[in-house]
Amino acid sequence: MGPTREELKAAFDARFPKEFHQAMDSARVAVAGLGGLGSHIAVMLARSGIGHLFLVDFDRVEITNLNRQAYGISHLGMPKAEALAALLREIQPYLEIKTWQGLVTEENAAELFGGYPIVCEAFDRPENKSMLVNTLLCQCPETVIVSGNGMAGYGDANEIRTRRIMDRLYVCGDGKTDVNRGIGLMAPRVAVCAGMQANQVIRLIAAQAGIKENI
Amino acid sequence: MVTINGEQVNAAGKTVADYLAEAGYTTAYVAVERNREIVPRAAYGEAVLEDGDVVEIVRFVGGG
Repeated sequence: MGPTREELKAAFDARFPKEFHQAMDSARVAVAGLGGLGSHIAVMLARSGIGHLFLVDFDRVEITNLNRQAYGISHLGMPKAEALAALLREIQPYLEIKTWQGLVTEENAAELFGGYPIVCEAFDRPENKSMLVNTLLCQCPETVIVSGNGMAGYGDANEIRTRRIMDRLYVCGDGKTDVNRGIGLMAPRVAVCAGMQANQVIRLIAAQAGIKENI
Repeated sequence: MVTINGEQVNAAGKTVADYLAEAGYTTAYVAVERNREIVPRAAYGEAVLEDGDVVEIVRFVGGG
């Protein structure tokens, strides 16, 4: 028998105000793309007490993912959305998880994500990143996007930063290192970028709930 | 002059599509905002930049 919902709730850091934990518990966040960025963003948000996650990816876990994504050997061959849901249940069994396995397109993006106040863009290819950001900014006026852009290689991790580029678009990353230019991806910089995205999500949730930042 | 990503650029009179091509952007990899409103991709060819416009262009790179 694992811990009860109440025991897990009681285990959250009491140094944050109760309202903060309540805001996290009632927050709903979508993660588009469950690779190196998305899988880690979801794990960090689960640890932080998020109440509801919507996990979206078309792909299955492959052996080449293990260098930087949150999955393990036991997940090989599973759809990523399903594998990540299983992993998250090990961390927060009472977290509400919705999954969708399929390709996000200009035609279905608004329907999939429009009901979410915060969407993490965590795709791999630049054309998909651009498609999702453009579609949501044009068609979903209530949605704020936290995007990952530029985290390849093992260069200076301090170049990865968060910028609010548009009213409803935050971009985390160095903005330049590009796998299409032959730079590989490694776990640390990908996780740094994922951490920045997850942190920005938490800041948005706290701000939307009117909670002052606890620095 | 048009402010693009914080810099003064002599781009008034050009369409967004013309400016993107000139500056070396790939249309499929960007998001463009003008005066705090997203410019839909389908409008890049018609949206003419005007003196005093403030434009933000995000160029997406691969990796995730």
